[in-house]
Amino acid sequence: MSHRLIHDIAHARAGDKGNISNVSVWVYDPKDYPLLKRTLTADRIKAAFPKLFTGSVTRYEMDDLHGLNFVMLDALEGGVNTSLNLDSHGKSFSYLILGLPIEE
Amino acid sequence: MNKPLTTVRLGCGAGFSSDRLGPAVDLAQRGALDYLVFECLGERTMAFGHRDRMLNPARGFNPQLGARMRGVLAHCHANGTKIITNMGVANPRAAALLVVDIARELGLHGLKVACVEGDDVTHLIGPDTAFMDHPGAVKDVGLRMVGANVYMGAEALLPALQAGADVVIAGRVADPTLFLSPLVHRFGWALDDWTALGRGTLAGHLMECGMQITGGYFADPGYKDVPRLADCGFPIAEVQQDGSFVITKLADTGGCVTPATVKEQLLYEVHDPAAYLTPDVTANFRGVSVTEVGPDRVHLSGGDGSVRPDKLKVTIGFDGGFLGEGGVSYAGPNARARAELAAGVVRERLTRINQLGGDLRIDLIGLNSLHQTAEVPASESADIRLHVALRSTEREDVDMMLWEVESLLCCGPAGGGGYRGQVTPCVVTHSALIDRNRVSPTFEVFTA
Repeated sequence: MSHRLIHDIAHARAGDKGNISNVSVWVYDPKDYPLLKRTLTADRIKAAFPKLFTGSVTRYEMDDLHGLNFVMLDALEGGVNTSLNLDSHGKSFSYLILGLPIEE
Repeated sequence: MNKPLTTVRLGCGAGFSSDRLGPAVDLAQRGALDYLVFECLGERTMAFGHRDRMLNPARGFNPQLGARMRGVLAHCHANGTKIITNMGVANPRAAALLVVDIARELGLHGLKVACVEGDDVTHLIGPDTAFMDHPGAVKDVGLRMVGANVYMGAEALLPALQAGADVVIAGRVADPTLFLSPLVHRFGWALDDWTALGRGTLAGHLMECGMQITGGYFADPGYKDVPRLADCGFPIAEVQQDGSFVITKLADTGGCVTPATVKEQLLYEVHDPAAYLTPDVTANFRGVSVTEVGPDRVHLSGGDGSVRPDKLKVTIGFDGGFLGEGGVSYAGPNARARAELAAGVVRERLTRINQLGGDLRIDLIGLNSLHQTAEVPASESADIRLHVALRSTEREDVDMMLWEVESLLCCGPAGGGGYRGQVTPCVVTHSALIDRNRVSPTFEVFTA
C-alpha cells in the first residue's frame, strides 16, 4: 500500500497560459477525495519540484465535484516563448503530479 | 428574426488549428445542428497569421479553411446549420472572400458570408505599452512586432448573426464567445444577464477544445479506457433557454462523454474556478453540477457569472527567429554513456569551437527529457535519443547546430544512428490590457 501513486486513485489534465501552468486532479471514487486533499497539497507540489515550479503554487478545491485545481506561477521554464523543453506547454505535468506517491 | 427555440444545438468542428476534418463533416451531415463552430486560433497562431499576411496580403487566415469549407458547406446549407469560426486569423476579409468563392463553386448561390474585424489593434500598441503577464514593455523585447489583436466578445459577432449571415468569420474573439454568441442571439439573452452569460460561457469553454470532452486527450489504458479512439467524434451541446445543457456526440462515433471527460475539461486552462474572465462576463464555474443522464450524455446545470471586465486582453506577437532541433539515437549496451558522451561533444563544439549564440538545450529522450527540470529520476532505458534544441534570431546559428549534430554520425560515439534535423520559425507573444471603449468591432456581409 505504501507504494500507491496518485495515479492509482485520480486522473488529471494540464493547461497553460503564458508562464503559468494549471493541473486539475480528480478522484475516480469520491471516497478517495479526503485522502487526495490530505496527500496532495500545494506545499507538497512546490516542494517536490522546486527547480520546475519556481513561483507560487495555489490550490483551488472543487469539493462538489471531488477535484483539486493547482495553479503554478513561473512554472513553464519561461513559457512557450522561451522554453526549449520538448513539452513547452507543460502538457505532461499532469502525469508528473500523478506520479507522486500517496502518503497514506 | 428566428422564432424562439427551446433548445439550441451547437457543434464543435475543430478545437485547434490542425484538428481533424472528418468528424466535422459527420456533424455537418448528421448532427442536426443550429450552429457548427470551428475554434482554430491558439495564443500564438495569430502571430504566424500576421507573418503570412506580410509575405502575401491575400493570406494570413487558417491554411485549412478551404478544405474545411469544401467539406462542410454544402451539408450545413442543406441542413440549415450556420457556421461560426475564428479561422480568419489575421485576415478575416480574405478568408470570407475565399469562402464566397467556394460557395459559388459548390453552387450555393445566395450564401451570406460575414467577416468580423476590429480585433487588430496593432495601431494602439506603442513602444511603451506595458505587459500584463511579464515585467517591461514592448520596447524591451528587442524583437520586431508583427501585430497585436484584442480578444473581442459577443458584441463583435452578434451584428453579423443578426444580419442573417450563414457563415461568420472572425479573427481574435474569446474562444467561448464563439459558442456564447449564437446562444445570446437565439435566446435573446441581455448582455448584462450575467448568470445566462456565465452559463453560456461554461458551455463554450467545455466545447471549444473539440474532442477534449468526447474522449480525446483522455485515454490512459487500464485506467481511463476510451472506446474506438481512432474514430472519436466531435461534441454537441444541447443548450436550453436557462443556460443548462447536455454535452453529447453522434451515437455511432468513437470516444465517450462521461462526468470524468467533462470535469477534466471544466478546469482546462482555468485558474480560479470562481472567476473565469472573458470579454463577456466573469464566469463562475463553482456550483456546477455534472450528471450522467444517458450513454454519452452528461447534463450540466448551475454556474453563474458577474460583471464583465472593463479592460480587454491583447496578445502582441513578435518575430522570434528560429528553432532548430536535431537528434541522433543510441541503443543497446552502454547506450546511456554513449548518448551522454555525444551530448558533451555537441555542447563543447557549439560553445567552445563555434561560440554559438542563442539558447541551447540538450535532452536525452528515453532517459529524462520532458521532466528533466523537474528532476525526476532517470529511466533505465537502453534506447536513448540525443535531442538538441537551439533558438536564435540568426538562421546561421541554427544551421550550424544541426551540422554539428549530424556530424556525430562519423565523429561522435559508437553506434549512433537516425539523424534528423529541422528548423521551424518562432514567434514570441506577450499580453497587455486596453480599455474596452477603444475597441470598435465591424462586420461586412458578402453574398455568394
